[in-house]
Amino acid sequence: MNATSNRHQVSIEADPNLPIIRMTRDFNATPAQLMRAHTDPELFARWVGPNGMDTKILDWDATTGGRWRYVAGRDGEEYGFHGCFHEVGEDRIVQTFTYDGQPEGVALETLRFEDLGDGRTRLHAQSLVDSFEGRDQWLASGMETGVEEGYAKLDALLAEL
Amino acid sequence: MADDQLSRVFAALADPTRRDMVARLAVGDATVGELAEPYDVSIQAVSKHIKVLTDAGLVSQRRDAQRRPCHLEAEVFDLMTKWLERYRRQAQERYERLDAVLADMRDDEQPPHNQHPQQGAAS
Repeated sequence: MNATSNRHQVSIEADPNLPIIRMTRDFNATPAQLMRAHTDPELFARWVGPNGMDTKILDWDATTGGRWRYVAGRDGEEYGFHGCFHEVGEDRIVQTFTYDGQPEGVALETLRFEDLGDGRTRLHAQSLVDSFEGRDQWLASGMETGVEEGYAKLDALLAEL
Repeated sequence: MADDQLSRVFAALADPTRRDMVARLAVGDATVGELAEPYDVSIQAVSKHIKVLTDAGLVSQRRDAQRRPCHLEAEVFDLMTKWLERYRRQAQERYERLDAVLADMRDDEQPPHNQHPQQGAAS
């Protein structure tokens, strides 16, 4: 496999004014392949969970208006997640995402597969969070971008630690 | 770092004025009066912000006679950036697993010449 030579990096960007985080990541695959890896439950279960955890799909209807539910587990520990597929289009998926341990929290996720040609695709993933905690997390991660002068200085300071 | 302290850090930084103050303190220690200067707010309001930052462990105030300058606790930021980097790394790991799945899919994919192009693995 060519994993080492083509290890694309995730980039994360936090909107400073909205509780939104955006991630982009390139893949050596077509949009259709990426779509399949996101909608076929067997394929999805193979990559979504954290390393060392098994993902068990309990409910899966990857169509517009459908729903999903899975648990990730290790050594008897289980973490459940569920949501709805608001839209499953040709090159985008809009879905909700809730962690069972925090059932009042819900994120709205939009995934878009941008065709870069030559069998390459850029994934644009956006999460809109509704909880205060989630919002604060995004805001804090805005500091990482170091856009403003003070933040750039802060970065320099952190680099010295 | 306890989760609730992390929440306090994030909550403290959710406010744009407090983020500004933190950026200012990254340059060097400053008194409440000095921190208040650029803003159209009272010393009292700034003190309140400083208290939130202090409670979160982001800022400390030395007992330096009358001056009591505010000092940024860089260690807390170190922990926070670690947390953020962990988040990014988890996403990176997830997508590297997806890379492997996609590579397998390409190996399996003989151009489908039948009329069931999306014969999924699960049914």
